[in-house]
Amino acid sequence: MDRNGSTLASLRKGQKGVIAAVNAADPQVQRLMTLGLVEGAIVELASSALGGDPMEFRLFGRGISLRQEQARQFAVSPVAAGGD
Amino acid sequence: MTKSKEIRVLANQIPVSRRADASIAVVGNPNSGKSTLFNRLTGLRQRIGNYPGVTVERHIGTLKIDGKSLELVDLPGTHALSAHSLEEQIAVDVILGHMEGTATPDGILAVVDATNLYQGLYLVQQLLELERPLVVALTMADAAELEGLRIDIAGLTARLGGVPICPVVATTGQGVEKLRAELSRITELQSPEPGKTWPELTAAARELAAHAPENTRLAEVERLLIDGPTEAKQDFLARFDQGAPAELQRLRNRLFGNEPPLAIEARVRYRWVREVLDEVVQRAPPFYGWQARITAWLNQPVPGTIGLFLVMAVVFQAVFAWATPIMDLIDSATSFLGARVSAALGDGALASLLADGVIAGVGSVIIFLPQIMILFLFIILLEDSGYLARAAYLLDRAMRSVGLSGQSIIPMISSFACAVPGIMATRVIPNRRDRIATILAAPFMTCSARLPVYALLIAAFVPAKSVGFLNLQGLVLFGLYMFGILMGVLTALLIRKTALRGPKPPFALMLPEFRRPNLQTVLMQLLGRAKVFLKRAGTVIFSVAVIIWALAYYPRADDVEPFVAQQQQAAEAALSGEELDTALAQIDNQAAAMQLEQSWLGRAGHFVEPVFRPLGWDWRVSSAVIAGFPAREVVVAVLGTVYAVGDEADEATLSQRLKAARWPDGSLVFTLPMVLGLLVFYACCLQCAATLAVIRRETNTWRWPVFAWVYMTAIGYVGALLVYQLGT
Repeated sequence: MDRNGSTLASLRKGQKGVIAAVNAADPQVQRLMTLGLVEGAIVELASSALGGDPMEFRLFGRGISLRQEQARQFAVSPVAAGGD
Repeated sequence: MTKSKEIRVLANQIPVSRRADASIAVVGNPNSGKSTLFNRLTGLRQRIGNYPGVTVERHIGTLKIDGKSLELVDLPGTHALSAHSLEEQIAVDVILGHMEGTATPDGILAVVDATNLYQGLYLVQQLLELERPLVVALTMADAAELEGLRIDIAGLTARLGGVPICPVVATTGQGVEKLRAELSRITELQSPEPGKTWPELTAAARELAAHAPENTRLAEVERLLIDGPTEAKQDFLARFDQGAPAELQRLRNRLFGNEPPLAIEARVRYRWVREVLDEVVQRAPPFYGWQARITAWLNQPVPGTIGLFLVMAVVFQAVFAWATPIMDLIDSATSFLGARVSAALGDGALASLLADGVIAGVGSVIIFLPQIMILFLFIILLEDSGYLARAAYLLDRAMRSVGLSGQSIIPMISSFACAVPGIMATRVIPNRRDRIATILAAPFMTCSARLPVYALLIAAFVPAKSVGFLNLQGLVLFGLYMFGILMGVLTALLIRKTALRGPKPPFALMLPEFRRPNLQTVLMQLLGRAKVFLKRAGTVIFSVAVIIWALAYYPRADDVEPFVAQQQQAAEAALSGEELDTALAQIDNQAAAMQLEQSWLGRAGHFVEPVFRPLGWDWRVSSAVIAGFPAREVVVAVLGTVYAVGDEADEATLSQRLKAARWPDGSLVFTLPMVLGLLVFYACCLQCAATLAVIRRETNTWRWPVFAWVYMTAIGYVGALLVYQLGT
């Protein structure tokens, strides 16, 4: 999934991205999709624990925490200008 | 199990006065304020039980309005109805009327956090398809306003097909009146029309339903399409006609192609949710309140971690420092009461049963309550304020490296007071392997019942000299705490590498905003948990106390009474005043020791002495250890009796006796290696029937408690053996 380096795991603190593709073959990732991490959702990296793992993201104003290896299953692209 | 089921069904068939006019299932995301709203609606008219065969709690409350009585069933918090966790499965079963002992609900109350409509509407969407009357409560309406959210209620109602939506603030009661009124009319509501949010799925379900019996619910057919012909669905599928399996395959191919159905479901439903949100929600710049500022500060890794350790230190301090005075009070009250009963009833089996069996037994249960209540209070406050999730998040990496998960932290901390609430708290851990590893590590934490023995032995046998600026005694106690943690961690690592080997579990944790906990909700939860503790642990601890009393009391020897009478006469003839009192007390204590030696317990001590001989223990120590197996807290009292200083003796007297105890050949029993070995044994052994019972309950099998007992006893024995043999 980590084709061009842009995944949720590579976001910087305060940076936003739109989920562009999800590695949905993994049943664990499907569970995360049920929580709203699907293509088209805008996600911001809010913080990370000591050592950078796990990471806390903001999804529609709510905090959701993922481990790095799971964050790598979500490819992101930059948020289009004017996007929220 | 079968028995309790029968009772449950019978109770439901009795037409008692609590028969409700309608029954409503309360469904919502975790942290949506569902419990607070449920408490607000039903107040104290609640019953807490368990769903048959599982550890998920069932809360049922009654709401009285306009002479009508509505029964509210509070379902476990869930994000979706995909039935992939136990909680979701239960929610689905209750709503569809498949849950044994719970009537099919007449309607659904969906609780949606106004500040988290994104996830909330996903669940509402699935609820709409169940074709049951539905009312939506939009909680935290005040917080949404502060965050700058403007929600167009009329627009949202229209998008949801006309279901009533009531904005409420559960903590203040604002909007609750209107919600109650809507709920009282729920049976008159039209069921929502399916097919509004995912028309393709509904269309496919209608095609497949042609192969199903007449009254099959469309929602269940939809679920069958998404989940496929899994084992759990076989019974359901068997009711369809012969063409159904092929048709199911064809329709699933049409809907999902090669993609995983769950992924498609999430994509389709969240696309609809985003559409709705764009239409009905307007965002103004948020007002940053104290919650937001605290969150922002705690979000930084370093202050967050420091803050976490401070919080843990406060919890620890509170559990031990605040509880001690109350525990001392209970202790003296129990002794006082026991002494008064003995004095009033004189000698004899009944007096002894009451004083040393029943009163001491009740005392040994309630002595735990202060610590447990304080512990529960903190856990509930941490949970309800939203901090617990953050603690799990911050500690996840460290806990993962020892085979546990971030969510293991509260069970582990709780276990320093008592493993029973610790093991009960493992319910928050979603992954089964993580959960069992935590359950097996928890009993190694130094619980408060281990402390009296540590204190006695350390004070008596570890020299009180300074090591640098530290005291050697304190250092040994600290070492025992560390030893417990180390053993727990090694156990978790070992078990994750062997019996519980498996893929790393997914870790997705919603991190809720900080909120001020609601007093009423906190108190009601505290009461509920205290009741559960008393029921689960209290009954076991009490029965154990009475059984140990009987083992130490029976059979009575005939030759002790004449010996006592003779000694008393001799003492009365020779002494007077205070000296006489001391002598008489000594004779009593000696008689008790003689009785104990030939009681079942004393005989058992003699019997197993060869087993414990390599550890350096004589029959007296062996009896005390045996008595401690069902409940380790009795060890000090048994030592007191067996060494003839009375079971309420002060520590100084007892430790002098221990220091003087000798083998028949004249060598000392309590040498330093023997004492250290005894401490190691005590630190490892699972000497607690209540813990075993709660492990059985929480894992639903005898395998884990039996394994834990054998494993911990073996480690304790080998550890004590090594320490004694190497040290001697």
